[in-house]
Amino acid sequence: MSATTVTPETPAPDAAPKRQRSQAWDTALVTLLSFVTALFIGAILIAISDRQTRDSFQYFGHYPGDTLRFAWSAIWHTYQALFYGAVYNPNTAANHNLAGYLGPISETLTNATPLIAGGLAVGVAFRAGLFNIGGQGQIIIGAVCAGFVGFHWHMPAGIHLVAAVLAGLAGGAVWGGLAGLLKARTGAHEVITTIMLNYVAINLLGYLLSVRGFQAPPYGQAIANSVDSNAQLPLLLGDSLRVHAGLILSIAAAVLVWWLLTYSRLGFRLRAVGANPNAARTAGMSVENSYVVVMLISGALCGLAGVSQVLGTNPAITGDIDSGIGFDAITVALLGRANPVGTVFAGLLFGGLRAGSPLMQQYAPNELVQVIQALIVLFIAAPAVIRAIFRLKTSGSTVGADLAKGWNG
Amino acid sequence: MSTTAPAEDLVVDLEVVDTTLGARTRLLRAVAYGVLGLISLVWLSTAIHGGTAHLVFDGHTVSLPARATAIVVGLVILAIAAWQGVRGFGRRATPWAAGVTFVLFMVAFFSWVSTQGHHPDIEVVGLLQNTIALAVPLILGALAGVLCERSGVINVAIEGQMLAGAWAAALVGSVAVTWVGLFGALAAGAFMGVLLALFSIKYLVNQVVLGVVLNVLAAGLTGFLFDAFMANDSEKFNQPGTLGEIDIPLLHSIPIIGPLFFEANIVVYLTYLLIFGVDVALFRTRWGLRTRAIGEHPKAADTVGIRVLALRYRNVLIGSAIAGLGGAYFTIGSVGGFAKNITSGNGFIALAAVIFGRWSPRGATAAALLFGFAIALQNNLSINTDAIPSYLLAMLPYVATIVAVAGLVGKVRAPAADGEPYVKQ
Repeated sequence: MSATTVTPETPAPDAAPKRQRSQAWDTALVTLLSFVTALFIGAILIAISDRQTRDSFQYFGHYPGDTLRFAWSAIWHTYQALFYGAVYNPNTAANHNLAGYLGPISETLTNATPLIAGGLAVGVAFRAGLFNIGGQGQIIIGAVCAGFVGFHWHMPAGIHLVAAVLAGLAGGAVWGGLAGLLKARTGAHEVITTIMLNYVAINLLGYLLSVRGFQAPPYGQAIANSVDSNAQLPLLLGDSLRVHAGLILSIAAAVLVWWLLTYSRLGFRLRAVGANPNAARTAGMSVENSYVVVMLISGALCGLAGVSQVLGTNPAITGDIDSGIGFDAITVALLGRANPVGTVFAGLLFGGLRAGSPLMQQYAPNELVQVIQALIVLFIAAPAVIRAIFRLKTSGSTVGADLAKGWNG
Repeated sequence: MSTTAPAEDLVVDLEVVDTTLGARTRLLRAVAYGVLGLISLVWLSTAIHGGTAHLVFDGHTVSLPARATAIVVGLVILAIAAWQGVRGFGRRATPWAAGVTFVLFMVAFFSWVSTQGHHPDIEVVGLLQNTIALAVPLILGALAGVLCERSGVINVAIEGQMLAGAWAAALVGSVAVTWVGLFGALAAGAFMGVLLALFSIKYLVNQVVLGVVLNVLAAGLTGFLFDAFMANDSEKFNQPGTLGEIDIPLLHSIPIIGPLFFEANIVVYLTYLLIFGVDVALFRTRWGLRTRAIGEHPKAADTVGIRVLALRYRNVLIGSAIAGLGGAYFTIGSVGGFAKNITSGNGFIALAAVIFGRWSPRGATAAALLFGFAIALQNNLSINTDAIPSYLLAMLPYVATIVAVAGLVGKVRAPAADGEPYVKQ
C-alpha cells in the first residue's frame, strides 16, 4: 500500500503509554461490537429462515406481536442451542457424569485445537508481510505425513507419537516452505502459489486415497488406514471426551510463537521485513531468507493442525481431513490480529461456534456459523463500518491495512 | 530507467529489456517443447506395443498406426523445439508454435491412450465439447477477474460471486421463468461486487483478505438460504429448469465445428460475445484506456481528469456481474438446480486463468480453455484406460500456474496498481 493511507503515529514520549492503552481498549471495543453486529445480522437471518415467523408475517399488520414473538423465540432457541453445544448444556449435565458436564467444553477445545495452530500459522506469516492462504494444502500434507508414519511404521509407544508428530510438522513445513522459496527465488506471489498448492495437495490426497498401501482395505472407500494407537495423541479427560493432547501442543506453539516474535532475533527480523522490506534490506537483513524461514514456520504450524486432526480428532485420513480449517484459520488470525494470545482466544471462539453448530442445526442451518464468522472478520477488517454504525470516534488502529499491497508487492 | 527520460528513450529502453528477457524465455520454451518431443519419441512410442489408434470425430473414425504416430510427432516437435532454441519464433508465430506443439502432442498422447485399455475409441469431439462446457464458467470468471484487476482491484472473490450467481439463478429461475434467472445471477454477482468494491475502495480493506472473507460469506449465505428455503420446498424454489439449446442456423450444420460451437445455450453465446467485447473494449476504446490507466497508475490517471474511484466501482460491478453469469451456468446452464458449493473451486481456477493468461482477455480465455481441457481429459479418458491416474492429471492446471507465476515461461506482471487502494490527496 502506498504510504498515503497509513497515518504515521508519532505520539509525544510521555503520552505513549496512555495512547497505547486507549488503543488496546479501542481494539477490544471494535472486536466486541463486530461480534455483536454479526450476531445481530445472524439473528435477522434466523428470523427469516423460521417458517412460523414467515407465516405470521403475512398478518403482521393485524398482529405484529405474533411475528415478533415467533422471531424472538427462534432467535433465542438457536443461540441457546449454540451455547449449549459449545459451553454448558443443562440437559446433558443432568446425567451427572463427566461427559455431561464437560462434553460441550471438550468439543469446543477439540475444535479449537487445529484452529489455534492454523491461526498461528497465518498470523506469523502476516507479521512477516506474507499472506498464507495455503493452510488447506499444508494441513493436508502435514496430515498425510503424520498419518503415514502413524500407520505404516510400527514403533514403541512414545517414540512413535513423536515420530508421527515430527513427520506432520515437516510435511507442512515443506509445503509452506515451497511457497516461500518460490517467492524468495522468483518473486512469485505467495497468495497465488499457496492457492495452487492447495489444489495440488487436494489432488495428491485424492490420489493417495486410491493407492494400495495408503488406502484401507477393502479398498472400497476413500479412507486411509487407521493410525496405530501408539501414535495417537492421548486423550486429556478420559475416554468419554474427545479433547486430546493436541491442545497442549497448540498452546505450546502459541507460547513459542509469542516468544519468537517478541524476544528472539529471528522474530525481530521477521517483523522488520513485514513492516518494511526495503528498510530491512538496507539494514542488512536478508528479506529472501526471511520469506523462506517464515513460510517454513507457518507451514509447520499448519502441519501441527493436520497432526491434531489425524492423530487426535479422527485417526484415519479421509478426503475431508482439512474440514475447512485452512480457510477458517485465516479468519482466526484476523480476529486474533496476528497476535498469538489473540489467536488463542479467537481459536476458542470459532472452535466454540463449530462445536455448537451440530446442536444448533435443529433450529437453523449450520451455515449460520460460517456467515457469523465471515461477518465478524469483515467488520474487524473494516473498523470504519463499525465506527459508523455505533458512532465511535475514529482512531488510527486498523488490522490488515498495512498488508494491503498488490500482486507485485 | 530515469524518470525524466523523454518518451522515445523510454521505448528504446523497454525494447532492450524485452530482448534480454526474450533470450532466456526462448531457451526455456525450447526446453519445454523438447521435453514434450522426447516424451513422445522415447516414452510414448516404447509404451505403445503396436496396434492402431482410433480417434473418433463425430462418428467418423480416423485410424492411425499408433507407434509410428508417436515417433513422427516426436520428431516434428523436436524440430519445432530446435527452431525455437536457435532462431525463436516471432511475436505472431509464437502462439501458433505453442498451439501446434500442443495439438501434435495430444495426438501422440491419444495414440498411447487408445492402445492401453479395453476401449480404443477416443471421442475427440465429445472431449472438446466437454472442454467448452467446463471452460465457459471459467472464462466468465476469468473475464471478471481481468476487468477488476485491470482497474486495480484484486478479485479473489470470483468463487463467491459465481456461487451467489448460481444460487440466485436457481431461485429466480424457479420463481419466474428459467431465462429470468440470468438476471438474478447478474444481480447477485453485482451484489457481491458491491461488497468487494465498497470494502476495498471506500474502507481500504486488504483486497486479498477481503476476497477470502467474501468467499466464506457467499458459501455461508447461499448454504444457509438453500437449507432454509430451497431444500425443503425444492419444487417451488429449486426447479428452475435448464436453458434451452439454441442451434445457430447454417453454422450448426458444419461438421465438427457446428456441434462444438453452435449448438449451445445462451450463456455460451454470451460468453463468445463477452470475450470479444471485453477484448475490444479494453484495448480499443476510451473506456479501456482509462481502465488500464487506473490499474497501472491511478495518480497519473487522476491528474488527467479520470475519476479513478468511480471507474473502479463501475468496473468491479460489471466484472462481478459477469462472474455471477458464470455461476448461472452451473445451475440453469447445466444441471437445473442449486446444491451447496456447486461451484466447487472453479472461481479459484478462474483466478489462476487470469494470472496464467497475464491479465489479458485473450490469454485468460486460452488459459481457461486449457484448464477446461485438462479437467475434460480427466473425466473422459477414464472410459478408455485406467493407466492415467486422474488425480495427477487434475493437478496439471495448478502446477502449470505455479510454473507460469514463477516466471519459468516468461515474465508475468500484474497491473502495477493492482490491489493498491487509491486515496486522493
